[in-house]
Amino acid sequence: MNRIRLSARQLLALEISFWVAFAACYVIFPDRLYLLTQILIAGLFAASLDIALGYAGILTLGHAVFFGLGAYGTGILAKSGWGEPISALPLAFIGCGIVGYGLSFLIVRAAELTQLMVTIAVVAIFEEIANQATGITGGSDGLQGILIWPIFNVFPFDLRGRTGFIYTYLIVLGLFLLVRRMLQSPYGLALQGIHDNRKRMQALGSPVGGRLRFAYAVSAAVAGVSGALLMQTTEFVGLDAFSIDRSAMVLIILVLGGAGRLYGGMVGAVVYMILRDLLADLSPEYWMFWIGLFLMFIVMVGSGGILGGLSRLVRVEKP
Amino acid sequence: MTSDSALSVSDLSIRFGGVVAVDHVTLDIPTGARLALIGPNGAGKTTFVNLLTGALRPSSGEIKIGGKDVTSLDTRARTKLGLSRTFQINTLFPKLTPFEAVCLAIAERDDLAGIWWRRLAGFREVRDEAEDLLRQLKLIEQSRIPTYELAYGKQRLLEIALALASKPRVLLLDEPAAGIPAGESREIFAVVDALPDDISVLFIEHDMQLVFRFAKRIVVLTAGTILAQGRPDEIKRDEHVRAAYLGGAHV
Repeated sequence: MNRIRLSARQLLALEISFWVAFAACYVIFPDRLYLLTQILIAGLFAASLDIALGYAGILTLGHAVFFGLGAYGTGILAKSGWGEPISALPLAFIGCGIVGYGLSFLIVRAAELTQLMVTIAVVAIFEEIANQATGITGGSDGLQGILIWPIFNVFPFDLRGRTGFIYTYLIVLGLFLLVRRMLQSPYGLALQGIHDNRKRMQALGSPVGGRLRFAYAVSAAVAGVSGALLMQTTEFVGLDAFSIDRSAMVLIILVLGGAGRLYGGMVGAVVYMILRDLLADLSPEYWMFWIGLFLMFIVMVGSGGILGGLSRLVRVEKP
Repeated sequence: MTSDSALSVSDLSIRFGGVVAVDHVTLDIPTGARLALIGPNGAGKTTFVNLLTGALRPSSGEIKIGGKDVTSLDTRARTKLGLSRTFQINTLFPKLTPFEAVCLAIAERDDLAGIWWRRLAGFREVRDEAEDLLRQLKLIEQSRIPTYELAYGKQRLLEIALALASKPRVLLLDEPAAGIPAGESREIFAVVDALPDDISVLFIEHDMQLVFRFAKRIVVLTAGTILAQGRPDEIKRDEHVRAAYLGGAHV
């Protein structure tokens, strides 16, 4: 089969068009800004999972731990008097990065099934803590009455979600560029190498464990920011931020889009969230059924998700 | 051991349960050696290489690289001291191109592979060195296609390229020409033959023509112990070797 050839330059043009098109949605769908913001946040969360799962090969069903920590952490900060949004993000990034690095010592060395068990256990523990510590987290009612200050004290988060969309778009784009740079670096190549052949990496003298722990920490940090963004744009955090459901949803989004491809999470989020929105309108009672059917179809048609399927049609020329 | 000993082992043994796979082996590999390790299947050759690299821990004995005791050091530390290996079965990065794979090996050698904030494209020295090495191994024309698409012979060359990228002082080649038709295996050994004299090479090989042609010294391993060692002409004449391994056949 003849595959379409894409040069590195054409690929870059595609990337830029993606982000331009997303920005254009602000004008084209002014009534759907809330959904678009949700897509961006889910896409960033899925991209963070991709660093751990797609690149470092760490199986996790507990990535909501960092999403929830970022959301609750910055939410509690806002409730206790510091509602400035931009400065809260580096705090979420660093805080979740440190927690992720700590947890990585448990997770990176474990076998795959053990990784699943440990990550599920950790997310269950955090959910229960958030449930019980009612005084701080609001328990099952969630964290209510959060007040986020206007950005630069000028642009308040409005009800139509215009500020929320632009703010989220810029932050997500910035983090995407950061992750993209990381994947193009010598470190990113080392991660691919570990994924491709760990035995050879060890023979080359690579400190494989350390490399993977760092990836898990970065993954946790980015997930924390996505949680903080959800809290800031909705001014609410519920227990579901820590749920296994959320961990599973982000995994589905990533697998749908295609793991290990940087844009897999974002493409998966676009398709999944729009589909969910459409189906919920068309068939409010059975939308979960249709989503399930669609996911099964995608998995049957081809492995590697949407981008995996496309990559079989396209050949990217490497510089 | 003398100071120009590149790699030396003394009294090295490893047991797996009741089986002694390597049994009190003492061996010295001087700088610039072209040493062939031969022996029947199951003699412990690959296990011996795994002990040298640190992939396996010996039950007893001592390993020194350049006079430094490395018995308790891990693979990474031994690689840093100049020990490098290839694998009998291709152990490559299927999705990476040869160029990327060699860049990666160089980056790991120079401790650059932890750098996440700079693009690989900006590391001019690494890229140039990778291109030079790929040219030297006649892989430059295939350097930009994924490794899994490479012809098998080229993949065997890439095995050696990855080992060479870490600039070893001691190179361990585990059947470098395994699975390659006899005519093409000379191409592999031509590469080995062209290596500079300051690299010491130990290779495992079954093809006796290649062994007698490229080795300056031969060690015969059977059942985990050294049966004989010496120059190729000495090994050819050795009665024990003929009986135990060469089967009395003309070589």
